[in-house]
Amino acid sequence: MKHFTLDIDKDGIALVTFDSLERSMNVLSQDVIAEIQQWTATITEDDSIKGAVITSGKDAFCAGANLEELGGQFGSVFAEIKKDEQAAKKKLFDMVFRLNSVFRALETCGKPVAAAINGLALGGGFELALACHARFAAGDAPKLRLGFPEVMVGLLPGAGGTQRVPRMIGLMNAAPLLLQAKKIKAKEALGMGLVNAVVPQAELIGAAKTWVLENPKAKQPWDADRFRFPGGDPWTPKGFPMFAGAPAMVRKESYGNYPAMPNILKAVYEGSQVPMDAALRIETRYFCDLLLSPKTQNMIRSLFISKQAIDKGGARPASQKPGAINKVGVIGAGFMGAGVAYVSAMAGIDVVLIDRDQESADKGKALTETEQAKRVKRGKQTQEKMDAILARITPTTDYSLLSDVDLIVEAVFENSELKAKITKMGEDVIPKDAIFGSNTSTIPITDLAKASSRPENFIGIHFFSPVHKMALVEIIKGKETSEYAISRALDFATRIKKTPIVVEDTRGFYANRCVMRYIGEGYNMLSEGVKPTLIEQGARMAGMPVGPLSLQDEVALDLGYKILQQTKKDLGNQYVPHKMDPIITAMVEKHDRLGRKNGKGFYDYNGREKSLWPELGQFAVDGILDAQPSAEEVRDRILYAQAIEAARTMAEGIIHDPREADLGSIFGWGFAPYTGGAISFIDMTGMAAFVKRADELAAKYGDQFEVPVLLRDMAKAGETMYGRFGKKTYSKAALDKMLEADVVKLANSMGINAKVSDLKADTVAKILAAQ
Amino acid sequence: MTTAYIYDAIRTPRGKGKKNGSLHEITALSLASQQLEALRDRNDLDTSKVDDVILGCVHQVKGQGADIARSAVITADWDQACAGVSINRFCASGLEAVNIAAAKVMSGMSDMVVGGGVESLSRIPMGSDGGAMGVDPSIAFDHHIIPQGISADLIATKYGFSRDDCDAYAVESQKRTATSWEEGRFEKSIVPVKDQMGVNILSTDEHMRPGTDMQSLGSLNPSFAAMGTMMPGFDFVALQKYPELESITHVHHAGNSSGIVDGASMVLVGSEQAGKDQGMKPRAKIRAFAEIGSEPTIMLTGPEFVARKALKKAGMTIDDIDLWEINEAFASVVLRAMQALDVPHEKMNVNGGAISMGHPLGATGAMIIGTMVDELERSGKKTALITLCVGGGMGSAIIIERV
Repeated sequence: MKHFTLDIDKDGIALVTFDSLERSMNVLSQDVIAEIQQWTATITEDDSIKGAVITSGKDAFCAGANLEELGGQFGSVFAEIKKDEQAAKKKLFDMVFRLNSVFRALETCGKPVAAAINGLALGGGFELALACHARFAAGDAPKLRLGFPEVMVGLLPGAGGTQRVPRMIGLMNAAPLLLQAKKIKAKEALGMGLVNAVVPQAELIGAAKTWVLENPKAKQPWDADRFRFPGGDPWTPKGFPMFAGAPAMVRKESYGNYPAMPNILKAVYEGSQVPMDAALRIETRYFCDLLLSPKTQNMIRSLFISKQAIDKGGARPASQKPGAINKVGVIGAGFMGAGVAYVSAMAGIDVVLIDRDQESADKGKALTETEQAKRVKRGKQTQEKMDAILARITPTTDYSLLSDVDLIVEAVFENSELKAKITKMGEDVIPKDAIFGSNTSTIPITDLAKASSRPENFIGIHFFSPVHKMALVEIIKGKETSEYAISRALDFATRIKKTPIVVEDTRGFYANRCVMRYIGEGYNMLSEGVKPTLIEQGARMAGMPVGPLSLQDEVALDLGYKILQQTKKDLGNQYVPHKMDPIITAMVEKHDRLGRKNGKGFYDYNGREKSLWPELGQFAVDGILDAQPSAEEVRDRILYAQAIEAARTMAEGIIHDPREADLGSIFGWGFAPYTGGAISFIDMTGMAAFVKRADELAAKYGDQFEVPVLLRDMAKAGETMYGRFGKKTYSKAALDKMLEADVVKLANSMGINAKVSDLKADTVAKILAAQ
Repeated sequence: MTTAYIYDAIRTPRGKGKKNGSLHEITALSLASQQLEALRDRNDLDTSKVDDVILGCVHQVKGQGADIARSAVITADWDQACAGVSINRFCASGLEAVNIAAAKVMSGMSDMVVGGGVESLSRIPMGSDGGAMGVDPSIAFDHHIIPQGISADLIATKYGFSRDDCDAYAVESQKRTATSWEEGRFEKSIVPVKDQMGVNILSTDEHMRPGTDMQSLGSLNPSFAAMGTMMPGFDFVALQKYPELESITHVHHAGNSSGIVDGASMVLVGSEQAGKDQGMKPRAKIRAFAEIGSEPTIMLTGPEFVARKALKKAGMTIDDIDLWEINEAFASVVLRAMQALDVPHEKMNVNGGAISMGHPLGATGAMIIGTMVDELERSGKKTALITLCVGGGMGSAIIIERV
């Protein structure tokens, strides 16, 4: 076996140690599942074996299933669905059910099996432990967590989690784990009744073995006679409020947009009424139902596969290699600069935080102090760690301290002259190969680069607010920005654990362009007489985290108002008025309603509470409409306005990789995550259907819905955005078929070191890993 | 088509639906069979000529399971030629039973059929019969199912009825019920319930609270606020179907919602010939009846739509109806129906209703038909439309005309 070792001790207990060769993490792949089947059979059939303890030889117990491998397998089944749906679906069921049947065989092997959970156990890893008759967890393993992340990518725990956990602890207690992907530590698991005991690592296997010896007739509770579902079935006085309340709680959070959540509820409800074997089949059917859903496929692609690739610097130009970032300079200690200093220090990078006076610089560092103090108070971090982080930040006015930085982030006011001055002052001191990055959100990088003596090292590094919470960073290429600069910016962004996307230079870059369409559509609907509640609720129902009016309040109206005045001035009579103009003007000039910052905007703010300003009806040009649009109409306006803008940026060549466009939309402004992102939304709808609907909306509501010509061409040709713009990936089967020389060429083009003298299998593995 | 006539309508008094209610010690079977005995005895009915007894009953489990109508027919010693079937259209079951009886007679396939209902909430409480609607996510989640109290509050919010509006309606219901009892308006149809020795155990409705005023109602907390706004948050389920509403104002409580009670009722329906054969005079003619489905989340807006459908079938208009009876499930239900149909309170629920007298689920629909038969005779008015709102979003209605 390549993934497990089996050692039988003098008491006849088989110690099964999960330790996959050549992998840093234990994951459940098809090979692993085959081996589990193997040692389960051994345990079952070998009379000299009295019981078993399952543990891991790595730091972590098991991180779950290998999603990419599963995805590859399912790919072939999906293609067959078009030919024979019934047969293909049956095949899919069999493939997925395999893990369930293997775990079920373990739990019914007739001998006591205990799990010695020495570290992280997520998803299928946790489910393996749950299929054992007892669980022991290491209390002194700092990274040990138990949980089910599946719902986050549109799946459900498909190896018995939806059936075992509720049978162990009831539906109400199971809900946060199954539906919210809550991760729990060993002690919490003990308190919930999911593990038998928490013991020090050194005693873990001993405790498990003792239990095995003391429980020769161990059975799962649900395999005993007279098993009762904890809390009662749906029609008992205790059970009814749980089962009746669960759909409401799920709707409150998910707005019905995430099929995984109701499928989890359905699997639990239906599974609870039948014995375990039938229950597991029901669970697998609901799992497969999700796999077949475009929403889940898109979520897996964007939130798991693409995110991993991009977070690792997948946008890095092929010619460049990763490098270290040890020290950065942040110029401008305002809210943004302070945030950049904070995340850098947290990542272990030394920071020189510069402002025009020491007081301002100190204030910038204070942000880190405040945030860290909160974490320490909540017990999420030690004082020592906080002190170490603070020690990395040097607030100063002295530019000479920048002499050994790898990279600068300039975060001063949006003023070209000021930024030019800063650029010169910085470049005078920093090393010649250091990168100069600007956090500007409105001024084109190429323009700012004019002040640079080394424009090839000048680049935009655009953070979102608040810096420590927003994952997205836009890396913007000026006309002369080099691939080296991009690579170094990616080194920085990945080190501080952001999701970096690379964008060409243009006003608004990528995220702001699209967000403005979102907010703009809110204004349009307000102007056209749609009820403000319907606008905001409709946006939430579309999957946006906050409504457009609420978002406008968060980013403040005075900035948009200033930009409007400036633009009008700049363009003179070339300026094309928008529906939002009179509204934002009145809000700022007449009503002094700037948003959350002064307690009133489209909403009135009262501490934590907020409610829509009752006088918004005045902005409906022809009064509030008698016949309000449907929620679906509002949803389409909201989503299409954004998606069409995102498509424009791809058509214009501002952003090149649909993965980056998708991740940028989700992590930049929260575009309906269940779609997989603004570009995935277009592909999910189908290009022809998308264009058709866009045209309907354009005819009714205006040219913000006018699609780029490219989309019409693609509709005619039956193309998808990912098909046209996506990076081509290769399957193992395809690579194995290629000639060795071609494989090497391909690897090199992907930036992978490979020679014809290397083993072809190694080169293939490297390519697969890079994808 | 044969004309169907109502020959008689009787009911038990309504007992409190709790363990200390006067009918708690009487089985549902006994309630129903006592009513059948009374119907037979006071009309000298040849029960061999009655084709069927259709009883509405919502919780058809335990003592109300296994086709309680058939059990009651046998227990009441009716001729074995008469059948017996139980039906469930939730709150409208009793009226639905009369509608089906009417349909059988009007089709010519049956001559005389009893439509009625029975429900003992003190012995077999709400929720006893299980069901998928509230708990199976395939309907509960996918179709925004919420408890009916939240639906009632949603109606109040959407159509603009305040807490005071609802409480004022409830005060008036109590007044009218008190007056009706004082004046003996129900004498013709109330049959006291006897205990196991034959002693009258209940002769009057016992849920009503004459003297209820705005103050006494004002002190009651809204019943559905917590489950709506906090745990588990049913309001959000409703608002995701009605996103033009910012929130739901919770106005209903025990004092302005229908009371939980026990009771049974019977309405005797037959053709002209069947009545003649029995030597009976018809009291009312059935002009039309209807059923509809409506939006299940707001649930209780059916009366407006089913009333219009029945009127269309009858070739009548709203103005042709002298008296309206819409079950007082919740104050907002009736307030909305009056608003939608433009019917004044003077014509609506003139003798009070379920807020004051209680709502014995499966039986109510037949009871309020009887109330209108009596009231049309007492007042000399001609026509009445009776309807109820129903769980799951439905409505049943019937239009009768005094003869």
